[in-house]
Formats: sequence, structure tokens, C-alpha cells
Amino acid sequence: MWSNEFDYTGPIEANMETGFLPRARFQALLDTLHQAGYRCVGPQVRDGAIVYDTLGKIEVLPRGIRDQQAPGRYRLEDTASPRYFSWANGPQALKPNLFTPHEALWRSERSTAGAIRFVDIQPPADLIAVIGVRACDLAALRLQDRHFLEGAFVDPYYAARRKNVFLVAVHCTHPAETCFCVSTGDGPHATQGFDLALGELDDGYLVQAGSDKGNTIAAKLPLVPATDAHRQTANQEMQEAARQQTRSLPTRNLRDALFANLEHPRWENVAERCLSCGNCTSVCPTCFCHSETDETALDGKQSLHVRQWDSCFTQGHSYIHGMTIRADTRTRYRQWLTHKLGSWHDQYGRSGCVGCGRCIAWCPVGIDITEEAREICQGGGHD
Amino acid sequence: MTNASVPHEIEVVERIQESPTIFTLRLRFTDPELHAAFRFEPGQFNMLYLYGVGEVAISIVSDPDDERLFNHTIRVVGRVTRGMAQLKAGDRLGVRGPYGRGWPLQQAQDRDVMIITGGLGCAPVVSVINYVIRRRERFRRLVIMQGVKHSDDLIWRQQYARWGKQPDTQVLVAANEGATLWPWHVGNVTELFDKVEIDAARAVVMMCGPEGMMRVAVDNLLERNVHESNIYLSMERSMNCAVGLCGHCQYGGKFVCKDGPVFSYPDVKPLFDMRGF
Ligand SMILES: Cc1cc2nc3c(=O)[nH]c(=O)nc-3n(C[C@H](O)[C@H](O)[C@H](O)COP(=O)(O)OP(=O)(O)OC[C@H]3O[C@@H](n4cnc5c(N)ncnc54)[C@H](O)[C@@H]3O)c2cc1C
Ligand code: SF4
Ligand code: SF4
Ligand code: FES
Repeated sequence: MWSNEFDYTGPIEANMETGFLPRARFQALLDTLHQAGYRCVGPQVRDGAIVYDTLGKIEVLPRGIRDQQAPGRYRLEDTASPRYFSWANGPQALKPNLFTPHEALWRSERSTAGAIRFVDIQPPADLIAVIGVRACDLAALRLQDRHFLEGAFVDPYYAARRKNVFLVAVHCTHPAETCFCVSTGDGPHATQGFDLALGELDDGYLVQAGSDKGNTIAAKLPLVPATDAHRQTANQEMQEAARQQTRSLPTRNLRDALFANLEHPRWENVAERCLSCGNCTSVCPTCFCHSETDETALDGKQSLHVRQWDSCFTQGHSYIHGMTIRADTRTRYRQWLTHKLGSWHDQYGRSGCVGCGRCIAWCPVGIDITEEAREICQGGGHD
Repeated sequence: MTNASVPHEIEVVERIQESPTIFTLRLRFTDPELHAAFRFEPGQFNMLYLYGVGEVAISIVSDPDDERLFNHTIRVVGRVTRGMAQLKAGDRLGVRGPYGRGWPLQQAQDRDVMIITGGLGCAPVVSVINYVIRRRERFRRLVIMQGVKHSDDLIWRQQYARWGKQPDTQVLVAANEGATLWPWHVGNVTELFDKVEIDAARAVVMMCGPEGMMRVAVDNLLERNVHESNIYLSMERSMNCAVGLCGHCQYGGKFVCKDGPVFSYPDVKPLFDMRGF
């Protein structure tokens, strides 16, 4: 059976909420964060998509914008709605702010005598507040934390950024057709991992603090008491958002089902459609692969050691001398899916998919992870 | 050392040409304190950095008790290793490490030890052979099996001959093509399994080389009733970070850099020798 049942993770309760921020005073949130030393990063429309970038004024927020998403399709449209967050996630949100697409790790300098000096490059220590983080992003962040911070080796670059980030979540009320966070158990309601969470209504925001940092900021906001009507509407909208989701992942143990089906003909079938472009891995909020290379200064006296996002869909990813472990698209797609939905369980105790649907919308040929998983895991006794 | 992803400077003390394409660098940290603190186990590897070119994963082949220098034996295959082949005494490099899990040498004590390697001779097993030979009394029978393509590919040929003369030691070498005066078997190394004399019940086997060769070796050993949990193999995958972050070395749910490179066979069995993992 495919899980379409709505698994509600808990309504907004009066005792958790801090108050209500009227729409007319929303700028106060940005101002308060600025005063606390944060650079705000938030959603805005650019080149036909909602992207996250530095945010000074609320006027830049995507007011009234709705999105249309489908396999291989993403479109924005204007509505008369006064809301800023009535859309589902665009291509990126949180990941690039913490695990940056391109970052210098260290530098080496060579003297004329040939001695080499290694210099640690510290990441910028500025405080960033990300506005409009979704439940799926928080779940993905939890996974990136496990990867970069909770193994034997703690990544100092990620750690420095992570420590300085302030997270303002917004509960989802408008999932896209591609979303399936209900089936992965990660949304649409943000329940943990935020500093502040907002429930957006036409006249303003229900505000909840989720950390000490969040409490400190909330205490400085011009909040008014929330009413039962506010709470009721917010809860109803979230329930409705969950009910709207039509996609889902199979509920059975996907790890065992995928590894039991490594020779399934569907791998060949998807390989005929997949362009091996790696879009899915770059939009995925949990993908962590990166490569390290040296960029030498023209004078030869300095070399920067940088890391940048890499993808298991590239030739170089699995290249070892004399052979590429995954030379064809079939084995690459198989690596991506068996890792994301399978071996993540071994590595991090859960699936690597938080149901954000990005890989579905941003795949140029509209490959749908839920459909591929269902086809490949068929024949193993699901009902 | 605050940031383990930043290398430290080391110096080439000596360079030895082992074959036309294989050379050994004998190295030390330029900072004596770092040198004194450097500890490793046979089977572990370092990330060696060639200035302005990049880093490569290279096994440590010297004896862990040698406090003076540590050695890397490197085969020229591409950009970084080609550059490293040009190094001479006095030249500087970067290093970070050691990384990964080494060979199960504690477990192998008082047992028969069998070491199998194929291809151009695997640096990781040379470290373990030398380790066992130098501490011979701690182990029972020693069997060394090595297969090469052409007899000229066998480096340390005298060493193999010398090892073969030790008591309770068997050296089985095979070349697919043997030149004249080749004293060993001509053919596949796996054809020599019938000659192996070990006590299967108390043998620990360590191997490294092409996965196809290791597959044949594992099947042969299992047939001879060596228990699968006593078979260890060193895996090779693309590596960038060596600390479990970059994702390049993933092998199913394992990261070869931190969960390996030495694995017990049951740990890798589900995907072993399967194309694409
Ligand atoms: C755990 C481990 C131990 C190793 N020990 C030794 C050793 O003791 N001696 C030795 O000569 N070689 C060893 N290798 C192989 C060595 O790392 C590669 O030969 C080397 O990376 C090739 O780099 P290159 O730039 O010269 O070649 P190129 O072909 O130009 O390689 C470019 C990049 O590809 C990747 N790559 C290429 N070949 C390999 C490979 N075989 N394994 C992993 N990544 C590869 C690397 O990221 C490399 O930087 C070991 C590899 C691993 C994983
Ligand atoms: S696999 Fe696709 S749906 Fe799942 S988290 Fe990654 S991008 Fe989102
Ligand atoms: S599944 Fe789609 S997005 Fe991913 S690599 Fe293939 S074509 Fe690109
Ligand atoms: S080498 Fe980077 S994860 Fe193993």
C-alpha cells in the first residue's frame, strides 16, 4: 500500500506560540535580526524562480507569487494574495548557505627555496538569518548536520557557518504537485530545528520560538496576542496542505527492496531517459558529494585548495586510474537511488530523501523519483 | 593540529627507483614534533600533496616502529603521481593522515597468515609482509601469494626470494608471462591454490589487488573452509577528502576511506565484485 495517509505531526498549540505578528509590522522581524547583527537571507523572484539571497526590505519578498511545479516543469504566477510564502520550495534554499557550492579550504605557499607553508582558511564568521525555511529543509539540514558534524571528523567550514545561522521557518500551506514530504514524515509542518517558526495568515504571522536565540529575538518583536481564530485557520491550512499531496514513496523498507532489485530492467529504462546531467543532485538538499582541486596562482607562489559540489552522475566522481567504476548512466542512476533511499539508512539511520520534490521539478526530462522507486521495488511483494 | 583537512610539510630524504614506473619516497616531517607524534598501522594511508597539483591517497609501506622515516611506494599513473616521480632528496611535499583502518594484525597473532596480492604488486600488502617477517615469532605459518602480468612487473624480486627461504614460509609467485630465468609459476596466481599449505581453521587471510582476482581468491578460500570473517581485503575507490565527507569512495553504505580501506569480507560481501558500486 502506498502511504497517502495524512500523518499530522502536531498542530500549533497555544502554549508553544509566542504571539502574533501583524502583517503591517513584518518588517520588524528583519529589522530586529539586523540589529542583532544578522544578515538576512530570504526568498525573492529572480529569473523566473524563487531563490534565496540577501534580504533588506520585505518589499523584495515574493508577495502573491504562486508556483506551478510538475515533472520537469517550474513556473511562477502572480495572484492578488497579500502573502509572501504561498509557494513551495524553489531550486535551492538552505544548503548553499552552509555547505557552499565553492569554497577554499586552505592555501599553500611556496618559497623560492622550495619550502611549503600551509595556511588554514577560515570561513567568514558573519551571522546569517535565513527567512522562509521549510519543514523539508529543516529535515535535510538535520541530515547534513549528521554528515558534516557528527562523524569522526567534524568539518570545520560547515561547523563555522552552522553555528552562526538563525533559522526562521515558515510552515507550508501551498505544497507543489511534486511535494511528498508527508510520505517521508518531514513536513509540511515545521516541528523542530528552527529558531523561530511562522504560520502565515492573510493578516499576519503566528510566531513560535524554538530556541533560546529565537526567544531573544521574539521578545523584541511587536507581537500581539494570537486569537483562537488565527490558530484554527493556521491548523486547517496545514492539514489541507498535507491532504493535497498526491505523490508518495513506497512505505515498505526501500533499502532492502532496492538492493534486492539491482538487476531490475527499470534501471536500463530510466537510463535511456536520464541525461546524467546531475541536476537532481545539485538541487537535492541532502546531497553532500564534493570534489577537491587545486587552483594555482599565475605567479606559481600560491595555490588554493578548493572544494566544490560534485555529483555521482559525473564521469570523474568514480574515476580511479584505468577505470571508471560507474561508466554508464544505468550504474549512476542506480548509485543515486540506492544511496538516497537505501544505503543512507546504513550511514545516517534514515532515508536521504525528505520529500521536497526538487529533483522531480528540476529534472529536464521529468524523471520522478517516486515513480522510479515504485517501479523498481515492484515484484518484491508490496501490496 | 586544529584542522585535520590541512596538510603539513614533509621532506623527501631519499628516493629509490624500484622499477621504471615505481619509486619509493622516504620521508619525514620538517617539524620534528609532528614527526615524533606521527603513528600509523600497516594498511593505513596518507593523503600526499604535490604543491599546486593535488592530493593522492597512498599507503604507508614502512614499519610502524621505524621512528626515523616513513615510506611511500608510488606507481606513476597520472597527473599527481607523474609529478611526484620528479621529486628528489630535499624536495618538499604536504601530507595529512594517517587515515583508514589497517590490517587485523592483533587478530592474526598465533595464527597462520596468508597474504595474497595481484596486479603490479600492492603497496598495502608489502607493509604487512614486512611487518610479519620482522616479528616472525608472533605468527605461525606465513604464505605469500603474488600474481603479476609480466615477470618484469615484480618489484622487490630479491625480497620474495629471501622471504621464501624463511622457516615455515611459503612464497607462491606467478606471472602470466614469464621471461627467461623466471623461477616461479607461469600462469594465473589463483592456479597456485592447490599448493597452499595452511590450517584453514586458524588462518587469517589478507589480500589486495583487482577485484576480479580477489573474487577468485575468496571463492577458493571459502572452498578450502577458511571462515569468511577471517578474510580481509583492501579496497580501492576514488578519494578526495579521506575523512568520510566528499562521498567519492562510497561503496554501498560504506566509506572506503574511513570504514576501510581494509574490510573483513562479510562487510563487503553483499556488493563485492558487482559492477557499478
Ligand atoms: C586507499 C588507497 C591506497 C593507495 N595506495 C597507493 C600506493 O601505495 N601506491 C600507489 O602508487 N598508489 C596507491 N593508490 C592509488 C593512487 O591513489 C592513485 O594512483 C592516484 O590517486 C592517481 O593519481 P594521479 O593524479 O597520478 O592520476 P590521475 O589518473 O591523473 O588521477 C586523477 C584523480 O583521480 C583519482 N584517482 C585516480 N586513480 C585512482 C586510484 N587508483 N585510486 C583512487 N583514486 C584515484 C584521484 O582522485 C586523482 O587525484 C591508493 C589508492 C587508495 C584509494
Ligand atoms: S531526493 Fe529529490 S525529493 Fe528527495 S530530498 Fe532529494 S531532491 Fe528532494
Ligand atoms: S535524473 Fe534527471 S536531473 Fe537527475 S541526472 Fe538524470 S536527467 Fe539529470
Ligand atoms: S574519500 Fe571523501 S568520503 Fe571517502
